[in-house]
Amino acid sequence: MSDNALFWVMVIGGLVTFLTRLSFIALEGKYTAPENFKRALPLVPVAALSALIVPDLLVSQGMLTQLDNPRLIAGGIAILVAWRWKNATITILSGFIALFLLH
Amino acid sequence: MNVHQRTNLAAFWLGARALLPLLIGVAPFGIIYGIVALQGGLSPIAAQLMSSVVFAGSAQFLFAQLAGMAAPGAVIVGAIGLINLRHALYSASVAPYLAHLPPRWKALLAYLLTDEAYAAAITPMMREENRHVAHWILLGAGFALWFGWQLSTAAGILLGAQLPKDLPLDFALPLTFIAIVVPLITDRTRFITALIAGTVAVALTNLPYKTGLVISALAAISVGGYMLTQQAKREKT
Repeated sequence: MSDNALFWVMVIGGLVTFLTRLSFIALEGKYTAPENFKRALPLVPVAALSALIVPDLLVSQGMLTQLDNPRLIAGGIAILVAWRWKNATITILSGFIALFLLH
Repeated sequence: MNVHQRTNLAAFWLGARALLPLLIGVAPFGIIYGIVALQGGLSPIAAQLMSSVVFAGSAQFLFAQLAGMAAPGAVIVGAIGLINLRHALYSASVAPYLAHLPPRWKALLAYLLTDEAYAAAITPMMREENRHVAHWILLGAGFALWFGWQLSTAAGILLGAQLPKDLPLDFALPLTFIAIVVPLITDRTRFITALIAGTVAVALTNLPYKTGLVISALAAISVGGYMLTQQAKREKT
């Protein structure tokens, strides 16, 4: 991407982020969001991040990888570590260590 | 210094102190972001600017990943918008405490409203005795996170320039996302949401411009949202 395009993506991305954060703060008293919308909002990071993680582990160059793909196994280990300890640092470290050992 | 001013400052530091433990988790993310951003082809200045212009960790990671894949600008902006949509929830949650403030306060606090600032500040903010200084608490937490984020991303950027290019550091991205999302999966609805998002994303992985990502996320949110609505209806009866 050209520097110019990158600049605009950054600025617009920043603006979108800011306006999202501002939304209800600015609207307080003037508008109430529907209950269904508010109820579904906590699901957004779960959905978005899962949509990112799973293909990263399972797909390589447009095709499903083998089950002994090192990234998949290392990712699986990281998921288990995250499940058990919920600590970001050891999750990330365990994933890297697993990847290193598997190569 | 009158009593009111002292209380404001005390509230500010209360917010900042509440944020400090979270920095231990945030700092590694910042460092890894700096490294990954450079690997994705961003210049050091662009990578650092992202931390103040966008100022959202997972969105910045996403930006680095998508930019590295030469995704179109519109897709990147859409993805950033989607992944940051949860901040609308924080906005709704703090809005009552900020309703009386002038626009510049609202704008500043909105800018600082990250996951961590919200998480640290909301509990003390809700306490009755802090009602009149709630905005100072959020300001303290928000600033503490802002400085911590600028410093750790800078550290990552400086570090990244030194590291050899063939290290599989791009694996940091999925690992970081795993570290964020797994603790969020606390019930069946969230598990199913994650499952649908992951499965559909794999199925649609070859769609151009990463549109598969957005479609799978929306599909998963729709199903999860439906499940939550049904649950709410059952609880009412």
